[in-house]
Amino acid sequence: MNEKVDVVIIGGGLTGLGIAYRLVEKGMKNVVVLEKGYIGVGASGRFPGGTVQQLPTLDEITLAKEGVKMLRHLSDELNFNIMFRQKGSLLLAFTEEQVDRLMVSVRLQNILKVKSKFIGPSDVKKIVPMLDADKILGAAFCPTDGIVYPYALLWGYAQAVRRGGGRIRTFTEAREVKVEDGQVRAVVTNEGEIEASTVVNAAGARSADIAKIAGVKLPNEPRRREFLVTETLKPFLGPLVLSLHNGLCLAQAMRGEVICSIPGRKSAPSGDMRSSVEFLERAARAAIEIIPQFRDLKVMRQWVGLYDATPDGKPVLGEVKDVRGFIQANGFCGRGLETSTAAARLLAELIVDGKAPALLESFSIERFAEKESTEGKGAMVDFQIS
Amino acid sequence: MGKKIVCICQDITEEEVVDAIKQGYDDIESLKRYTGALTGPCQGKACLRHVITILARELGKSPKEVGVPTQRPPIKPIALGILAGESSE
Repeated sequence: MNEKVDVVIIGGGLTGLGIAYRLVEKGMKNVVVLEKGYIGVGASGRFPGGTVQQLPTLDEITLAKEGVKMLRHLSDELNFNIMFRQKGSLLLAFTEEQVDRLMVSVRLQNILKVKSKFIGPSDVKKIVPMLDADKILGAAFCPTDGIVYPYALLWGYAQAVRRGGGRIRTFTEAREVKVEDGQVRAVVTNEGEIEASTVVNAAGARSADIAKIAGVKLPNEPRRREFLVTETLKPFLGPLVLSLHNGLCLAQAMRGEVICSIPGRKSAPSGDMRSSVEFLERAARAAIEIIPQFRDLKVMRQWVGLYDATPDGKPVLGEVKDVRGFIQANGFCGRGLETSTAAARLLAELIVDGKAPALLESFSIERFAEKESTEGKGAMVDFQIS
Repeated sequence: MGKKIVCICQDITEEEVVDAIKQGYDDIESLKRYTGALTGPCQGKACLRHVITILARELGKSPKEVGVPTQRPPIKPIALGILAGESSE
């Protein structure tokens, strides 16, 4: 079945559906989202749903702050409860070096009026009484951060897109992006060809593969991340908690279960989706270390998600210079909830108005061509978990 | 007619499952996430057959075509203390 549309978006996750929603909102109805699996099968449906504005660069903080502002209104706009609880993000420091790093980062965020602040162990204890604060030297707390139920946001976007006339084709795979004379022409799927002069690559951890079928080199790599979820508890953990000591991440979801994650030992790129016992043991030790009462808490299930990591830890946004109409919206490195929410609106402006908003400039794919930079590699390690 | 409970962990009725399918959450993975069935303490051991049967019936497919969601470890819930290697006493 061949057809012609204005925009094809590859990837039915938070980024792709977010862009589709903003396009429809701007009156562009002839939009198709292609999703290889079900909605949210990739990273979007596999992380705790935390927003973190405590990011390391001004551009990213600007995006995240705007994203959080937008998330506050999305339940009303979408007429779908995305379950956004703004109880903050808490980054725990265990060494003087980590304290210094957080203080620098807080100053940076404060420049942009993000209300993060550095607090001492007794204040940490007030926010999360269950934390064993003995070894904690302090924490950076951002009260306006919070936790969204990612699937609710995905479903809310999907319904709004369909109401607005857009289409979402699940279980449909993009196999080729046709480019002629430096201009995108069509996407070939397992169910026929779709003509379009704008194609968005929002394929998350598979973005480099999608770029490849359009003949574009994208330096993104998939990074494994394992998660576990426990039985449900009464609400006791307001903020998203992140340890700078080992990257442990804890969040209590709306139903009361605790979602826990910790980075793997080996950080080599891998698309391996198998769960490991090694992760369970390491996560259990790390979680009990900071919340001793957790020793009796039971693990219900575990899974793996793949981050879409870039060499400098920043997303790739905007049009590819040599392939007109091929728009990148990927490389979110695990910070996609807050930053992609804002990026979706900017990219919709680029697509509809044909003019790139200034904020997109520093996220261009061209930055990798300018210098084969590997500096900042691993910059995502401390902050990637949201 | 009384309520037919499909998932006893999360207290989900057949009516709610059918409603979700009609809204378009009609693959087993999306249905699981939208209704919450298969995600309680039994992890689907008590409800999986019911959910698959209902979904197959509503779609006019066979249970085999509907399939099962990805099975995730552990088989039974395990305390973090045991995983951390602490003694159980």
